[in-house]
Amino acid sequence: MASSDKCAAKFNPVSAPDYLPKKQLQSLQLSRLKMIVQRAYDYVALFRQRMDQRKVTPDDIQSLDDITKLPFTVKTDLRDTYPFGLFASPISDIVRLHASSGTTGKPIVVAYTQKDIDVWASVMVRTFAACGLGAGDIIQNSYGYGLFTGGLGAHYGAESLGATVIPTSGGNTDRQIMVMKDFGVTAICCTPSYFLHLIERASEMGVDLKALPLRVGVFGAEPWTDSMRIRIEKGANIKAFDIYGLSEIIGPGVASACCAQEGLHIFEDHFYPEIIDPETLEPLPDGTEGELVFTTLSKLAMPAIRYRTRDITEIITEPCSCGRTIRRIKRVGRRSDDMFIIRGVNVFPSQIEEALLAVEGTLPHYQIVLTRKGDLDQMEIQVEVTADVFSDKVRALEELQHKLGQSVEHTLGIRAKISLVQPHTIQRSEGKAKRVIDNRDMS
Amino acid sequence: MKINQLSVFLENKPGRLSEPCEILAANGINILTLSLADTEQFGILRLVVKEWEKAKRVLEEAGTVVNVTEVVALEVADRPGGLEDVLKVIESGDINVEYMYAFTTFSKNKRAILVFRFEDADRAVAYLRDHDVNVIDSVSLYQNLK
Repeated sequence: MASSDKCAAKFNPVSAPDYLPKKQLQSLQLSRLKMIVQRAYDYVALFRQRMDQRKVTPDDIQSLDDITKLPFTVKTDLRDTYPFGLFASPISDIVRLHASSGTTGKPIVVAYTQKDIDVWASVMVRTFAACGLGAGDIIQNSYGYGLFTGGLGAHYGAESLGATVIPTSGGNTDRQIMVMKDFGVTAICCTPSYFLHLIERASEMGVDLKALPLRVGVFGAEPWTDSMRIRIEKGANIKAFDIYGLSEIIGPGVASACCAQEGLHIFEDHFYPEIIDPETLEPLPDGTEGELVFTTLSKLAMPAIRYRTRDITEIITEPCSCGRTIRRIKRVGRRSDDMFIIRGVNVFPSQIEEALLAVEGTLPHYQIVLTRKGDLDQMEIQVEVTADVFSDKVRALEELQHKLGQSVEHTLGIRAKISLVQPHTIQRSEGKAKRVIDNRDMS
Repeated sequence: MKINQLSVFLENKPGRLSEPCEILAANGINILTLSLADTEQFGILRLVVKEWEKAKRVLEEAGTVVNVTEVVALEVADRPGGLEDVLKVIESGDINVEYMYAFTTFSKNKRAILVFRFEDADRAVAYLRDHDVNVIDSVSLYQNLK
């Protein structure tokens, strides 16, 4: 199997499940699905109640198609059961907790047993292997370390791969470039927009990335496009790979591009994908665009049953030229809700509403405008000035701007430019304002 | 003693200043004086008009944000040092000035008129009168300017 793989030079035995014959894969998926549904039913009250309501028992899962009998899980379920309500393992079996930004200030908490950590490392190894990396590579991991799953997820995978990991974490761009150059880094993990920023900064510093040993970029945690990939590849003379993941499922390592760079392979022996119509919730066949839904097949501490990612994509039907048999999804570009991702942070307009509301006690008409300046995403929040907050004094209005900006930064952890605009200048459609205008040129 | 000044919020974009001026013109309202404060992002147009209530109504009907503030008009001798004399009085009274601007016309007796926005207008008026500064009320202001 490895011989047909264009990335054969870096074949790692841990990637074997990528090449499982379809029948074998499906039988593995089914046995794991039965196990995880039983586990969720036995140990998680929310799943048991919902299955009981639908009059479904774990025994009703006799084929992979029976998955449609199960209820969906959504992000608010994680919030409503904060912090530990969806855990299927006692805390004594849980070795790690992570958390991601939530919609109301409360984060979403995810848990891992040692086995889950091992699975996570294995799917990250398969991710790196699909990107052509292996022992001997020096991987600079610029994903943030901490509660965010990106940093540690990539870290454990890279170590398990046998590569040398440099845990630079995010930020301090000049030092990142120094490390990259001095340590002979061959691969970097970060968000694609941050890498574009690195390219720009390196050139200002007189460092020619093209001349460095750097050859691979493993990019994720925010949406980007194929033309952006080509720009990155030309700008640094590297291969840029798209990876996909979300904390609720495991973190990074849910799906990864391969050397063919035509879509992302889902590690579907662990994460069972479905595509549904986000309106009717009906399952859609492969090759049709819809919302991506995952069921974790092996996650013990916190199983996800039919978790709605809100990401819109489709499952590619054609086999991949790289030889992997696990199915691919197209690059994820948009979502079925109004959440957007800026600088790796998930943002819901409702969070911005809360931040604005906190300042004057009333919610003004507002609009979020996203742009890409140079290579960094910028967020502008246009706020209509009302008689309540208007003043004849410039200082008072500037203070208002400042307070709104601080409140937003305090809530989201990222800075936004606040623009005061005249009333009735923000377009209303059907009585409701369009909250997010995304002008980011992803090309 | 105080005069009602209208303030209008403007975005700092081409054409925004002409909009309220057009509205006032269409309603036959004459602008006695104005000043424009601006930042990179927005501006505040401050106007003194005789029929301020009508002006406020028509501007609001056209969808602008209008705010009414009490300002004080002072007469200043039209000679070198005329303004300084008044400012010295203001300073001596420890009166805070938010902003000020000049009238575009002179009064009949060829004296300049200045508009002051004080932090505390009432205290300022009392103090200035005590110190022989000519504070003009709205009636005489409009008559004076005819």
